[in-house]
Amino acid sequence: MSDKDPSLRRNAPKLALHVPEPLFRPGDTPDFSSLKIPGAGSAPRPDVAAPAPETHPLTTALVRVLGEDDKAVGPWDPKLDPETLRKMLRDMVTVRIFDDRMYRSQRQGKTSFYMKCTGEEAIAIAAQSALDRDDMHFPTYRQQGLLVSRGYPLTEMMNQIYSNKGDKLKGRQLPIMYSDKAFGFFSISGNLGTQFPQAVGWAMAAAIKGDSRIAMGWIGDGATAEGDFHSALTFAAVYNVPVVLAVVNNQWAISSFSGIAGAERATFAQRAVGYGIAGLRVDGNDALAVYSAVKWAAERARTNAGPTLIEFFTYRAEGHSTSDDPSGYRPTNEAKLWPLGDPVERLKAHLIAIGEWDEERHAAMTAECDAAVRSAQKESEKLGILPEQGKDGVETMFDDVYADVPWHIAEQREQALSEGRD
Amino acid sequence: MPTMNMIQALNDAHKVLMRRDEDVVVFGEDAGYFGGVFRVTEGLQKEFGKTRVFDAPISEGGIVAMAVGMAAYGIKPLIEIQFADYIYPGYDQIVSEVAKMRYRTAGEWPMPMVIRTPYGGGIFGGQTHSQSPESLFTHIAGLKVVIPSTPYDAKGLLIAAVEDPDPVIMFEPKRIYNGPFDGHHDRPVKPWSKHPASEVPGGHYTVPLGKAAVVREGNALTILAYGTMVHVALAAVEDQGLDAEVIDLRTLVPLDIEKIEQSVEKTGRCLIAQEAPRTSGFAAELSALVQERCFYHLEAPVERVTGWDTPYPHAYEWAYFPGPKRMKKALEKVMAD
Repeated sequence: MSDKDPSLRRNAPKLALHVPEPLFRPGDTPDFSSLKIPGAGSAPRPDVAAPAPETHPLTTALVRVLGEDDKAVGPWDPKLDPETLRKMLRDMVTVRIFDDRMYRSQRQGKTSFYMKCTGEEAIAIAAQSALDRDDMHFPTYRQQGLLVSRGYPLTEMMNQIYSNKGDKLKGRQLPIMYSDKAFGFFSISGNLGTQFPQAVGWAMAAAIKGDSRIAMGWIGDGATAEGDFHSALTFAAVYNVPVVLAVVNNQWAISSFSGIAGAERATFAQRAVGYGIAGLRVDGNDALAVYSAVKWAAERARTNAGPTLIEFFTYRAEGHSTSDDPSGYRPTNEAKLWPLGDPVERLKAHLIAIGEWDEERHAAMTAECDAAVRSAQKESEKLGILPEQGKDGVETMFDDVYADVPWHIAEQREQALSEGRD
Repeated sequence: MPTMNMIQALNDAHKVLMRRDEDVVVFGEDAGYFGGVFRVTEGLQKEFGKTRVFDAPISEGGIVAMAVGMAAYGIKPLIEIQFADYIYPGYDQIVSEVAKMRYRTAGEWPMPMVIRTPYGGGIFGGQTHSQSPESLFTHIAGLKVVIPSTPYDAKGLLIAAVEDPDPVIMFEPKRIYNGPFDGHHDRPVKPWSKHPASEVPGGHYTVPLGKAAVVREGNALTILAYGTMVHVALAAVEDQGLDAEVIDLRTLVPLDIEKIEQSVEKTGRCLIAQEAPRTSGFAAELSALVQERCFYHLEAPVERVTGWDTPYPHAYEWAYFPGPKRMKKALEKVMAD
């Protein structure tokens, strides 16, 4: 083909394709000193009704509250009472223990799949703490903290993970793809990004009906590449929708680092600039900063001042899922060297620094959380684990395809049941 | 001759293609450095460099659209959609653009490209990692649809697909990547190395598109199958001791209608097996073709064995999967009187 013969345009420079590479690969020693981490308290806090462009300098900054001395500092300090802080810490510890135990359950063959949120616990839990109980979440798959923070029974979560007799989703969904309307938690999809514009749609409905509840949409850094991300921002901007849109930038989408989603060129928060909506970039490992940013965006939404895109900057400390081994694509000690630290340790240190916590109480609380998770697990496993399922569920597996069962599905149910009897 | 599983055979096909033709470029989610979540593209970036093998953003619509642009330029995209269940954001590009471009430009812009995507259930992947959406593509004029059932065919078909002048979508039955699973989920799966079709020659060879394979000869009935269901069908006729002819379609579009007609005219009975849901599945098309073309040879109604018209249920995938029991019943029915 002559039109691709480079010699035809001899005087022009040779074009080159840039393929992004992460800073470090297996075998490298991670050194994050090139990452710019602004000091806690340095980011200004605009008024919640400020015009969107006033927030745009914050899309390249980093809202941080917890300082080197573990004290809260600056205009974003949410000035939370110690009770709320301790509740957040407790929920974060619970989620971490829950993740460890369910990961082990998968390894023991009790279920097919699990996904931990290790290192990201502060994000879902502090964000949820900043919203009202009846606000609506459209989560993706690493926001188990939303349910824990709203007091969802751990047994219910495990029943879903085990697809057992107690599973309210009747064994139909992959583990961790929870759904619970009463807890304001929309059904998780295995297809990426779909929930993000749906959150905008829910919030549009709330606006149409003159409701006072708002929605929060969640997405990962990798999935911002999907068209759905851009649909969400477009509709949110066009209709000035009362929604909080969160990008959890944990640096990795399975094996692809955030640069493959465009992070070399701009922050994810900066996506807000082009759409003309408010944007904030937040230290996702700082529970107080997360709380404060979501509180700000929620108030903005609630007062019809517009949607906000928030990037939570964090690090996926474990594999993508139980099906993933990250040692094949990144150094194994990256999480330890991550300069923003561990969210649980940071919140704990803060509570100690303000004289509201100590090691002894922490150990006692951890033991309580551990006992709660263990007892929930015991209770859930009484209702069965995945390998024991598969027979008695056949009857219900044909329900809910439609509101009513049409003839062809009724026939198929009969066939399936007769197969089970043989 | 070396034995390979299906992943190794597909990987080898990539190497053969990329060594022969430097216009072949490979990309997809996690397909670059890591080599894909199923490891089909492992080692390719190292050998061929980052501008020929790279990670794509998580945007299936974008991935297919990039392939359209590249094909328009004149290079050969060989792309991976991580799971067939993820292909839908790329569906508009595939259906409206890739499939129709040759026609709407009267041949000015052909779209030679290959879209590979793992499909099918049996790995407890739930409803978003288990689907068999092949009929959504066989229904689209302008696309060729290929489904291998062995390592040998996988390599030969992939090479033929990349060398084909038209766009080809290859659905890879992920349940048999590592061994010829025969539907008996309660038994250990034999490795590919025990199967003759795991003998995969090095270097270049093709399995032509549009040619089915008679994988078992017989006179009592014809079974039409593709992908995992070929092995399920073979095991079922062995279990039942039937003198069945089993045809592995290998290419769904264009279909090897001649081989199907010859076989059904000989046997007078036909059973069609697909893992996909029943309604409007490819088996329906096959059933119509057989009755249109072989009606006067048929001694019994054409029978279909399929998945159910429900999403793939996580915990009950063996109640969903058209396994040995469903095969047995259907075989009894098609062999009655």
